[in-house]
Amino acid sequence: MVIKPQDSGGADRTAVAVTDGTAAGGAPPVPGDERLVQVSTVTRLMQRPELGALMGVIAIFLIFTGFDATPNHLWLTQTGLAAWSQQAAFFGIMAVPVGLLMIGGEFDLSTGVMTGASAIVMALLIGHEHWNAWLAIVGTLVFAALIGLLNGFVVVKSKLPSFIVTLATFFIVRGVDIGGVLLVNNGSTQVSLSGPPSSYSGLASAKDVFGSTFASSSSVPSGYQTAVLWFVAVTVLGAWILGRTTFGNWIFAVGGDANAARNTGVPVARTKIALFLSTALAAGLVGIISFTQASSAVSEQGVGYEFYYIIAAVVGGCLLTGGYGSAVGAALGACIIGMAFQGVIYAGWDSSWDFAFLGIVLFLAVAVNTVIYRRAQTARR
Amino acid sequence: MSADAGGALAAGGGVVASEVPLLEVRDVAKYFGSVNALQGISLKVYPGEVTCVLGDNGAGKSTLIKILSGVFQPDEGQFLISGAPMTLAGPREARTNGIATVFQDLATIPLMSLWRNFFLGQEPTVGWGPLRRMDARKARAIMRNELMKMGIDVRDPNQNVGTLSGGERQALAIARAVYFGARVLILDEPTSALGVRQSGIVLKYIVQARELGKGVIFITHNPHHAYPVGDRFYLLKRGRLMASVLKSETTIDGLTDMMAGGTELEELSRELMGLTAGAGAPDPELVEVARELAEEVSGSAAETPDGS
Repeated sequence: MVIKPQDSGGADRTAVAVTDGTAAGGAPPVPGDERLVQVSTVTRLMQRPELGALMGVIAIFLIFTGFDATPNHLWLTQTGLAAWSQQAAFFGIMAVPVGLLMIGGEFDLSTGVMTGASAIVMALLIGHEHWNAWLAIVGTLVFAALIGLLNGFVVVKSKLPSFIVTLATFFIVRGVDIGGVLLVNNGSTQVSLSGPPSSYSGLASAKDVFGSTFASSSSVPSGYQTAVLWFVAVTVLGAWILGRTTFGNWIFAVGGDANAARNTGVPVARTKIALFLSTALAAGLVGIISFTQASSAVSEQGVGYEFYYIIAAVVGGCLLTGGYGSAVGAALGACIIGMAFQGVIYAGWDSSWDFAFLGIVLFLAVAVNTVIYRRAQTARR
Repeated sequence: MSADAGGALAAGGGVVASEVPLLEVRDVAKYFGSVNALQGISLKVYPGEVTCVLGDNGAGKSTLIKILSGVFQPDEGQFLISGAPMTLAGPREARTNGIATVFQDLATIPLMSLWRNFFLGQEPTVGWGPLRRMDARKARAIMRNELMKMGIDVRDPNQNVGTLSGGERQALAIARAVYFGARVLILDEPTSALGVRQSGIVLKYIVQARELGKGVIFITHNPHHAYPVGDRFYLLKRGRLMASVLKSETTIDGLTDMMAGGTELEELSRELMGLTAGAGAPDPELVEVARELAEEVSGSAAETPDGS
């Protein structure tokens, strides 16, 4: 009730500030604001979202260098590098778009099953429908794109949390992935090619591009997986989009504050749908790579992997609530997972320890990232 | 956009007949179902002037802002831009007509850098095809320059907006609106969430925008913020225009009095007094409030001998 006394009380003081302001208004601009403090390059580096993941990569590399139980200390050889980079590639191709989507403020839980379902689609198109392999690749990507667009449209239109929407997609795709394959594949969940790749049109060249190896030498006879090149390409593309393009600016904006983004004219719905499309297309790519590598695909392949992608993105400094993160960080997160998987094998531990190990890594990374994030948000030195 | 016709129209009821208002509404009304949120509101915004819209909570300020910024269409009355009648389809159309609204949330994103925020949604680009990218260097330079015009020297365009103070964020939002061609700036309660010093800074930016020749609409519930920077004042109460005065026609106390509603306050105090006198065991707190109110009424009457 006592509105007025308060009002005039504060107002007297305000009025003084106002007079100051008005006077300064006509005067030349104030020479600098004492609030803006010069930030050093070191400080800038300390605020990078990928910092935590980079520290993690180094730490885990050193840990498994210490625990390497193989006779020839494979961890430090090219064989070791080829082994863990192959694992990292499969996680990383997904982790980068999943990270971008997370920065855009959304989740996609259907990514894991989509990698497997895409491989199945390609296997069926080649093995059962006898499509040319390149045509089958296009078909697989179209399938993935449709699922991605569906996810995106439903999330944007229904305004439901993407966690729920993509959980539903996850289970639908998973069900069809098993049930559908059993129906068309004579009661087996494994779709294999009966002959060698060369007996299928276009498959040999497709395998060269997606599922082959490169740079084999005496020190690493089997060479590196082509998937590693795709991993690098996806990471470079992701980092370019996020850091340099207009679309990257929109990703940060829709994840940071969708309403504010809308008010400044950012096409929020289009941005989010494009992000869902990108995770699905990446899943299609992983499916194509894994099928061309193995010439076979199994239902339920990839189920559960969605969490690895999310772990990689979070370890890489992507904020779960959106608006902050890095593509390179997500790629480094994928390297951590790849190293952990391969390192546990080389250390001679039971592979069940992978999970515990990843849990600890996730926990530590989030702790470090929270500090970095707070620093980026507020502190200056 | 015919200036002549506009001039003739403006001369009809304009206080300053020599100039065409950048933006004008005439007798607008807005209904929400059976609720009459606004009725008979007329308002003019001139270039190089600060037009203040004052009113307490629930006075209809936000409805009026939404009409001015194109979010709502008035159910009755006319909307004129530079003298020409217009129907705005939405905020985007308002923006293309040079009407920019700085909403309370400021539409800035705390975790993004200053320059990214400044150009959000309208990023300058270089290159073509797949190599098309944001022109970060140009964006930084323009942003620095534009903020300099507002009196802020940005040393680090890569700094996150989250590190700015509330007043500086307001300045960024205002500078952005000015840069992207706003001729009319609608500022929705820009000082309400700020402390005394920060409010002063924002008021300074309002003056800067006025100096740049913009028509500024300053919405506030605080006459002490409005009076020093405002040129004309519109007082809203319960969806009606209670008063519209020029600065030369009023004083800060007159404005405050109109805002607080001196007579209404008096009535309220009398009512309260009656209540406390009538009750068997009057609540001591209530008595105290009634007494303060009575003092306040007599106090403000003493402050404004002209009565207004």
